[in-house]
Amino acid sequence: MKQPLNSRLIKIAWPLLLLVVAVAFPLIDNSPAEQNVAILTLIFASLATAWNIFSGYTGYIALGQTTYFGFGAYAFSLITVNQHLSGGFGLFLLVPVAGLIAALLAIPIGWISLRTRGHAFVVITLVTVFIFQLLAFNLRGITLGSAGIFLPAPGFPIDWILLPYYYVQLAILVLALLVSWYIRSSRYGLWLLAIRDDEDRAEGLGVRTGASKLTAFIISAFFVGMVGAMYAYFIGSIYPQYVFDPALSITIVLMAFLGGIGTLSGPIVGALILETAQQYFSMNAQTGYYQIFLGALFLIIMLLLPQGIVRSLSRVWTAWRVRRGAGGSPVASEHQPVAVEKG
Amino acid sequence: MPLEFDPVTIFDAVLAGILTGTVYALMATGLSLIFGVLDIIDVSQAGYVVLAAYLSLVLQQALHIDLFLGLLITMPLLFLLGLAIELTFIRPIKRDRTQLSILVTFGIGLVIEGVLGVKFGTTEQELNAWYITQGVKVGNFYLSYVYIFAFILAVVLIGALFLLLYRTKFGRSVRALMQNRTAAQLIGINVERVSAITFAIGVALTAAGGMAYGATTPFNNNSWYDLITRLFAIIILGGLGSVQGALIGGIIMLVLSDVTAVVWSPVWSSSVFFVALVLLLLFRPQGLFGRLATRKQ
Repeated sequence: MKQPLNSRLIKIAWPLLLLVVAVAFPLIDNSPAEQNVAILTLIFASLATAWNIFSGYTGYIALGQTTYFGFGAYAFSLITVNQHLSGGFGLFLLVPVAGLIAALLAIPIGWISLRTRGHAFVVITLVTVFIFQLLAFNLRGITLGSAGIFLPAPGFPIDWILLPYYYVQLAILVLALLVSWYIRSSRYGLWLLAIRDDEDRAEGLGVRTGASKLTAFIISAFFVGMVGAMYAYFIGSIYPQYVFDPALSITIVLMAFLGGIGTLSGPIVGALILETAQQYFSMNAQTGYYQIFLGALFLIIMLLLPQGIVRSLSRVWTAWRVRRGAGGSPVASEHQPVAVEKG
Repeated sequence: MPLEFDPVTIFDAVLAGILTGTVYALMATGLSLIFGVLDIIDVSQAGYVVLAAYLSLVLQQALHIDLFLGLLITMPLLFLLGLAIELTFIRPIKRDRTQLSILVTFGIGLVIEGVLGVKFGTTEQELNAWYITQGVKVGNFYLSYVYIFAFILAVVLIGALFLLLYRTKFGRSVRALMQNRTAAQLIGINVERVSAITFAIGVALTAAGGMAYGATTPFNNNSWYDLITRLFAIIILGGLGSVQGALIGGIIMLVLSDVTAVVWSPVWSSSVFFVALVLLLLFRPQGLFGRLATRKQ
């Protein structure tokens, strides 16, 4: 099914335009506070995208991605501190190493937890976060426990101290998106979607379900681990309760759901909205109001827009175009669902 | 780290584990029941526990009502709350119940956390009563009466729940629903009504659990994160949707934790349980009493 050239151009033009805006943003907006928020938004958008690679495509809701976030953060920090590395651009090279270490950890954990399905899987992934939080607290000899680990200062000039973090994180996000997009449009992605729709039937039709799920789980953990390392470097210190934070896993899931699970742009839209709201509330409101806002948002999205903002909006958009008769023939609107699926 | 094996201390730990384990079992039973009947994961369960602890606190401080007597007020209150939540938020979820229910109930939990945070702040609270400060000496340690009272309360409530499940018509409908939702509907069970009442019962049980939790542990509005993990771990160990499993899982978890605390070190108490859980799942992914998840038709 070939789509009209027009629509294909739009699909390429939009991401490029967004990328240009994202690259230009910190050059135009010099305020450190806003750059801070932007970096955190990129961090969360990357996490939600990485989560989506596994959970969005396979339908297995993992609440334990924080495990790999924390592991990446600790791997990065421990290597840095134990090797007495100094801050600077060189440390960014350690970020993929931390991601690989987190991915290695994901092999046994994924193997064990993917033996279960549905509810049990969700709960087991949540429990793993607590196991690793406890380990980080208790293995004082390695992790320094609740005292935390402090990373060397980056030593970047004060004028653009935040820019390296911003661009490296943006690069990680783009890479995660490319991988996500590649999987989505590959044969492998179809296997994952088949698992989501009906795992037993997929297996009967010859999909190697076990290996496919585990591979997606590991890819996801690799990106989450890299983001964990970036977070550690950016914040400058790590503590068990902040990097192995179960609430963080759930925030990531909410972001993906808010935007639209299984779509490419959904997690980014979700991260943009939630991270901005979180920053707003933490600066302007007293404790409790943010939770109320977040909880209410959860309920509204889940009950009224369970497909997420991206899908719901594109449905409205399609309906509007069809009604208006613009965008052309009924044939074009028939193609629309394909575009909608890809978000 | 040296391991210490003192029979008296271990006996004490086992005893304490059984007493508190039964209270956790009470909370987990509600969770497992809700899971079995409604086919949802109710993350907000731990939120009701903390809410109930705060309600007991308010009743005690403002109206000077005894903690156990206060249950006569908090349990019906939470029953109604459960009913309202089921009708407004759970029932409308028709598709993807598993996934959406986690997020919806998490949203409810967040709202509870937020409201409690606005009202009480994040200061740690404790319940007070003579039976919390006084106790009896068992072996090497001092056992506060509240553990014994809470244990008795939990046993009574779990007993009542089993009577309800196995000796009444309503209980038969509940068990039918747990076995097969569609078939239950076909033989004329009012699925929506049974679901709503089961959810409300599950929430009402947390009133007792919350009071006992608040009487034995300092709590604040964030306590539910830690609690929900423990409750989940218990029902996973016991087998999702199994009421007996929740009961035994609760006791195993707390006994194992308490024994580890005295034999090895308190910091490792939960880890040992979690590791045991993971090992069990390697060999029995469905938990002790659970049925293997099969394909939904």
